[in-house]
Amino acid sequence: MTPGDEPEEGTTKHTLPRRPRVSAATASAAPGADPASVAFDLDKLEVHYGAFRAVREVTLQIRDREITAFIGPSGCGKTTVLRCLNRMNDLIASARVTGKVSYHGIDLYGANVSVTEVRQRIGMVFQKPNPFPTSVYDNVAYGPRINGVRGRAKLDALVERSLRSAALWDEVKGRLSQSALGLSGGQQQRLCIARALAVEPEVVLMDEPCSSLDPIATARIEDLMRELKRTYTIVIVTHNMQQAARVSDCTAFFTAEADPETGNRTGLLVEFDATAKIFESPSDARTENYISGRFG
Amino acid sequence: MIPIGSPAQLGKPSAPQRGDFRPRGRGRAAKNALATATFGAAVVVLAVPLALVLWSVIGRGAHVALERFPAFFTQEIPIVSRRAGPGMGPAILGTLLVTGGATLISVPLGILGAVYLNEYGGASRFARLVRFMAMVMTGVPSIVMGLFVYMVWTIRFGFSALGGALALACLMLPVVIGSTEQMLKLVPDTLREAAYALGATKSRVILTVVLRAALPGTVSGSLLAVARAAGETAPLLFAVGASSSYNADFLQGANTALPMQIFGNATSVFVGAQDRAWGAALTLVLLAFLVTLAARLFTARFATPESN
Repeated sequence: MTPGDEPEEGTTKHTLPRRPRVSAATASAAPGADPASVAFDLDKLEVHYGAFRAVREVTLQIRDREITAFIGPSGCGKTTVLRCLNRMNDLIASARVTGKVSYHGIDLYGANVSVTEVRQRIGMVFQKPNPFPTSVYDNVAYGPRINGVRGRAKLDALVERSLRSAALWDEVKGRLSQSALGLSGGQQQRLCIARALAVEPEVVLMDEPCSSLDPIATARIEDLMRELKRTYTIVIVTHNMQQAARVSDCTAFFTAEADPETGNRTGLLVEFDATAKIFESPSDARTENYISGRFG
Repeated sequence: MIPIGSPAQLGKPSAPQRGDFRPRGRGRAAKNALATATFGAAVVVLAVPLALVLWSVIGRGAHVALERFPAFFTQEIPIVSRRAGPGMGPAILGTLLVTGGATLISVPLGILGAVYLNEYGGASRFARLVRFMAMVMTGVPSIVMGLFVYMVWTIRFGFSALGGALALACLMLPVVIGSTEQMLKLVPDTLREAAYALGATKSRVILTVVLRAALPGTVSGSLLAVARAAGETAPLLFAVGASSSYNADFLQGANTALPMQIFGNATSVFVGAQDRAWGAALTLVLLAFLVTLAARLFTARFATPESN
């Protein structure tokens, strides 16, 4: 069992997340029906690494201030798609993105788009907690400092607010000047969330944020995500289907299939819908097989 | 319930089916003892020359350098080398001047070069060429480096501390590049990604995350290169000239340094001069020791604390 799995849940059917809003609002309306609430609009997004096509033709709309989960087996391209949303794929020299990624109507890959601006407004939390080897305080203050926030009082307030938002303040308030590497894994991950929040983003992308955490730390992060979605749009990649069912409003199921042209396995989006729909009555047999544990 | 395998049930003590956890191979203990003895002997063989060097330098230099402490470290070098007595003051200053100059030239250049190689050049043809040349340069004998500086610098501008600094810098540069690049390589990509994801530009990431994380190793690598270069003699003979007095002008005029004083005095027939050579040798060892100690302290002080 991988860390973060809840022990008691079965693999077949899932209860709805505990928010009535999901089944009422999201399940009835198709995702992205209201254009004003669309944060990301992906149109035929494709990613190549060199000659290798990693993901083909992903078209979906991610709604504002909701939690959208990407699920699917390993190698299905969900992390690759996530990393297109704040252009982290730019860091990989061989990566080539085609198709369109719009954020509130702006083409993120457009000519007049500053990639640092994109990443400031669309933050990211990684699979493995990756705090800087500096103090807790300096970790959180890093983003504001590079954005030119100066003055001890201003930074102090921002650091405290971010740590409170990440539900970490009470645990670290007495050790802000100590090394972040002395925190536990779960605390480090919440520190990374606080660090991402300190730049005051609009979106938080999370790439398997709980995969290295125990169930208690996972539960804390999930509570935190529910809290954060009142202010932030959240996109989470997870291997843990229970987690997707518990926290997300919409779920995208990806899988990998052999490319008919080259024979390489290429990721593709199978189904995207309200989480309740995906987990209770998926319309694609591949989704059904995956969520019921028959595949992947 | 009858205990499994009890004599009552089986009638006799059960014999293990296969093995009783004793090693299968024969003579494993003997092989282990032999290997341990070999490693131990290698360590002793390694330590003997080191101990002997220290023994002779301290044994023959201590009474010269430390008996009149600190006079030996401050007094002038006698102009008439037959005369016994005073000190190595000018040579110490000269060594500090030349090595300091070499450090100021080579460390910034080397760090910049390593940043280019690791953060920008990567596997490009040019970067690979530079990396290869730096590796080759590490193996160039110091006397060749001295000859090179003599040809391109000293013949035109005359003896100077700067010339010596250039020669030593040429020797240090590949070492600094190599050790710094290794340190940069050790900085995990996840840290770079974390900074990029917060909206940092590449230069910011390098300055605030990569170099910061690599700083302790970079500094100690550079200081070891300094300690190494401080003892080089051949390049200085070509470039600095032989003088017995310190020359505060970095840019021109002959100068002196400890290694050259060791060479000059040790090859003299006069006992007083030979004593001075031993004293200078001990001084140089002490200098190298201090620089290495500083490197260690810096690393310990600024190394990433793994936990509290």
